Amino acid sequence: MLCECGLREATIHEVTITNGVRVERHLCEQCAQKLGLPLHQQAPVSEILAKFVSKQGAQSVVGPRKPTAAQCPQCGLTFAAFKGTELLGCPTCYEAFEVPLSPLLERTHEGGTHHVGKVPKRALEASRLRGPEAMEKLLGGLAERQARIGSLRKQMEDAVKGEQYERAAQIRDEIRRVSSIAPSEPRAEREPPPENPEPGGPNPHSQEPPRS
Amino acid sequence: MNDPAGLPGPNSPIDYHAPTAWLLGTGEDADVVMSSRARLARNIAGFPFVNSASRDDRRHALAVSRQRIMDARLTKKLAWIELHETNHAVRTLLVERHLISRQHAKGKLNRTTGGVDEPRAVAVGTPDEALSIMVNEEDHLRIQLIGSGLCLNDLLRRIDDVDDRIEAGIDYAFSPRFGYLTACPTNVGTGIRFGVMLHLPALKLTGDIEKVKRAAGGMSLAVRGFYGEGSDASADLYQISNQTTLGKSEAAILRELTGEVLPAVIGYERSARQKLLEHRSEVIEDKVHRAIGVLTHARLLSTEEAMDHLSMIRLGIVAGLMPELEQQPINHLLLMVQPGHLQMLCGRVLSQGERRIERAKLVRERLAGVAGS
Ligand SMILES: [Zn+2]
Ligand SMILES: [Zn+2]
Repeated sequence: MLCECGLREATIHEVTITNGVRVERHLCEQCAQKLGLPLHQQAPVSEILAKFVSKQGAQSVVGPRKPTAAQCPQCGLTFAAFKGTELLGCPTCYEAFEVPLSPLLERTHEGGTHHVGKVPKRALEASRLRGPEAMEKLLGGLAERQARIGSLRKQMEDAVKGEQYERAAQIRDEIRRVSSIAPSEPRAEREPPPENPEPGGPNPHSQEPPRS
Repeated sequence: MNDPAGLPGPNSPIDYHAPTAWLLGTGEDADVVMSSRARLARNIAGFPFVNSASRDDRRHALAVSRQRIMDARLTKKLAWIELHETNHAVRTLLVERHLISRQHAKGKLNRTTGGVDEPRAVAVGTPDEALSIMVNEEDHLRIQLIGSGLCLNDLLRRIDDVDDRIEAGIDYAFSPRFGYLTACPTNVGTGIRFGVMLHLPALKLTGDIEKVKRAAGGMSLAVRGFYGEGSDASADLYQISNQTTLGKSEAAILRELTGEVLPAVIGYERSARQKLLEHRSEVIEDKVHRAIGVLTHARLLSTEEAMDHLSMIRLGIVAGLMPELEQQPINHLLLMVQPGHLQMLCGRVLSQGERRIERAKLVRERLAGVAGS
């Protein structure tokens, strides 16, 4: 089978499904690359990791960046050891290696950089009672929350650009939910308050009736 | 447990002869969707992750988890199995029933650490085995719910509740930025994984299965075989699951799966079946009846061969070609032909050659009543 360009044999066969409509494309590698279609299935973590680690090495030659802990202060894991096992040693590793982990996480989670979703229920209720400091420890400070909402906004804009309006609306709801979890509405936050604030605390699922 | 073969005795908390929740053949879209699964990865705050924990730490985390899981009133009955005290035969049965991972059966976290006597356990809700909680696998807790047919929304609601009940008594490792902290960064954030096991025999026959795999790959979903990562699909069963957990809520992750991908794949399979039945009905009928013929007459059967023919019979049933047969006993056979279950039914350890003989015998006997013609 020939590619859409009519010049070369099609080697990439892509099926996309958008709102139930199936689109088939048959392309040569050159055209596929031009269109930005993935040539292979999602790379395994080890590959992403390998690329990432070598890139980090190259950067450190150019000049010092934001300092990174050589070792986790809690469990003593080094980032090189993590590279070998792909497993972190303890919860503190996430803080200790936040800088080198961030780009890796972003790639692994397709742009996801900040947690969105459930917050431990009892911990949330307990910190509500204990006051703003406890809440901040659990949910992060103003900057943290804004980063989370910012990342959602970006997703929403992308959805609008891609004319995925239903998805955009869903992300907007998500932004409202995230905003509603915050202890007090940050002043810089221009997002409208949630229409149905949860009386018993924000369980992210409870506003979402199961769809069949 | 004094059986020389190490097979579970009559007092076993789990009835290994019974079908599990994911084999019932009931629920939504059960003609294509065999089962649905939701899994949460959770760690206890204040403990190192399992892979870097000392044996004492692991023992301590196990004791804390056990206490909490037993106190949380998760199901009416809960079996607690300390895997470091079980034998290979029991662990194989648990793997085949999808109650523990292969890794948890081995007790090895990677090439260098761990082993069969590492302190680790699984809690199983009985008798349906819908809920299972692996303790000290890659994460301290791996909470899993399985159901028959397409039921992910229901599973999310239920697993959320199980999660809250457990968290009511322990602190989870959680960070504002990264969410639920997991040993492997691929699970961080929500720590949730949804999966469905799909029966796609028609797409396999038409060769379109490769397109599905490609499409799924482009949508950050993984397509895997019957027994998970690294296994080939047998019986034309494929698992589809989400691959990203950070930056999207549980509900959003679920929507991506159930909103677009799943209905499309289910639709493909149905139309492929329809097309085959309309234009090449003799091919399908031939395959289905050959499968019956082989399974009711063969004297030697490998696991793969048995599963492939059972898959064809299952297709015949859901396509209405075999009104005399029901789905559930066929699904159940998919489990009973596995090596561990077969040895349990025979009550002794079997060599590979013996297994092929006994497997053929079992399938003949079980099908004799229902597929005489
Ligand atoms: Zn071309
Ligand atoms: Zn650490």
